Amino acid sequence: MTTTISPARASRTESSIGRAVRLGLLRIGYEVRAYFRQGDTVFFTFLFPVVMLTIFSVSFSEASFGQTADGDEITAAWFFLPAMLAAGVLLSGLQNLAIDIAVEKSDGTLKRLAGSPLPVVSYFIGKLGQSFTTGLLQAGVLLLLGFTVFQVPLPENAENWVTFAWVFTLGVFCSAILGIALSAVPRSGKSATAVVIPITLVLQFISGVYLRFSDLPEWLQNVASVFPLKWMAQGMRSVFLPDELVVLEQNESWDLPGIALVLAIWLVAGLVITSVTFRWIRKDS
Amino acid sequence: MTITENVVEVRDLRKTYGDFTAVDGISFDIHRGETFALLGPNGAGKSTTIEILEGYRDRTSGEARVLGTDPGRGGLDWKARIGIVLQSSGESGNVTVAEQLRHFAALYPNPRDVDEVIAAVGLEEKAGSLIRKLSGGQRRRVDVAVGIVGAPELLFLDEPTTGFDPEARRSFWKLIRTLQSEGTSILLTTHYLDEAAQLGDRAGIIAGGRMVDLAPIDEIGGRESRVPLVRWLENGERREQRTTTPATLVTELVSRLGAEPDSLEVIRPSLEDVYLDLVGHEHASDLSAEALNETEAAR
Repeated sequence: MTTTISPARASRTESSIGRAVRLGLLRIGYEVRAYFRQGDTVFFTFLFPVVMLTIFSVSFSEASFGQTADGDEITAAWFFLPAMLAAGVLLSGLQNLAIDIAVEKSDGTLKRLAGSPLPVVSYFIGKLGQSFTTGLLQAGVLLLLGFTVFQVPLPENAENWVTFAWVFTLGVFCSAILGIALSAVPRSGKSATAVVIPITLVLQFISGVYLRFSDLPEWLQNVASVFPLKWMAQGMRSVFLPDELVVLEQNESWDLPGIALVLAIWLVAGLVITSVTFRWIRKDS
Repeated sequence: MTITENVVEVRDLRKTYGDFTAVDGISFDIHRGETFALLGPNGAGKSTTIEILEGYRDRTSGEARVLGTDPGRGGLDWKARIGIVLQSSGESGNVTVAEQLRHFAALYPNPRDVDEVIAAVGLEEKAGSLIRKLSGGQRRRVDVAVGIVGAPELLFLDEPTTGFDPEARRSFWKLIRTLQSEGTSILLTTHYLDEAAQLGDRAGIIAGGRMVDLAPIDEIGGRESRVPLVRWLENGERREQRTTTPATLVTELVSRLGAEPDSLEVIRPSLEDVYLDLVGHEHASDLSAEALNETEAAR
């Protein structure tokens, strides 16, 4: 009898992983659709960096942000494009999910899912997939806007695009996991925006998104270096800004290994926090 | 497998929050295929009980088995066999009725046909509408549809028809009868006693966290409480008598008084009358128990 039970169990475990992944992919479609039907997230998360890039590019159209080795002017649009790409990664991951899940916790969505046979892993796959998909579309819109409207020259070598790919991917997943972890903090769905937006806003100001990072005092740069956004913005600058501007970075280096390390540490920390704190519902509230 | 297999077994279930006892030692079974109505005033412990059985809350003590499993430890396979219609829902509803049902159907191993479910709750014309644009009653019907789309063996309905107009309530009853005829076991809580009488096989009445009665619907309160009551005025005085033969009594009255009795009434107590009687008694004894506790505490 034991001989028949063991293989049956083994195959069931395998299929339950397959099932979790299949349902996770299904959730991505469901989540992305719901995302674009929520007017305020589309504006404050999806379009916000696009709006900011436009405002900065237009407002500072007369200003110069340096020159390339060939003597070309670095325009505001060129200078702020990588910053807004990094901001988009933070908003699509952290801000989006921290608010979204806090709201779902308080409006009964999670309670309903808790009573259904949806694996928690599938729910997370859906949320991460939503962040990745919407973040990628957002990056596409930013790049298209920068390239066509503001004539920002885009990198021509594959190496830069490979860097973009991993910085973007690692950045989105890091932000998204931290967003899930942060969703435990707001006490209600209504207070979620009030808790989350100040955090992302402060991070954007100290991490070189709206203000030139090299203009910040060193102590503030060091504070910002603790958090992932500074590294995402640095990674994006390494891709899109001319190499000469590396002199403006801390230690005059793009420090790609440092970026990978810091983002990976935050990603793992977020996973640990999430796995300890996430519950479908608070059982005895 | 016994013939009267129980889908729910509850023994001496208790739930306390600090000093407050929400559920104070209740016991009941639900047989397979049966519809069991859990009735009681607000705050009586109905929702706490149903949420313990759904796996949403932990119990303080006692035994609970739902489809043979401890609901506090029910895994995904177990969840796939139950259906839950929660008391309220306030989800953002940024998906259409059809999208929501297709999605939930995909979570279950043997779901019902989505179009049939949408038709069964009467939302064919709203299938393509975003849930947030529906009226309260229509959203409630989506909740019911989501609860049954997985073809559950056991369905929890927590005040399912709140906000329904009378017509919607009748068509909901029809839907539940279809589920009953397909063999679905149901645990129903409701404030509408006529709904419990229409749908329930047996009922348990909870007040103050305790089960004050547990019986087939038409025997709740005992046979005594269902005995018809004849009331009339005689010499300006109000008279009443319980009797199993009211027509005979009325005939006797007519011949004794030699005329039509004044303000004659023959009352057959409804479930609601019996219920109010039961719950009222319990409330009274509750109050005295509370007073007793206070005197004890004062010592």
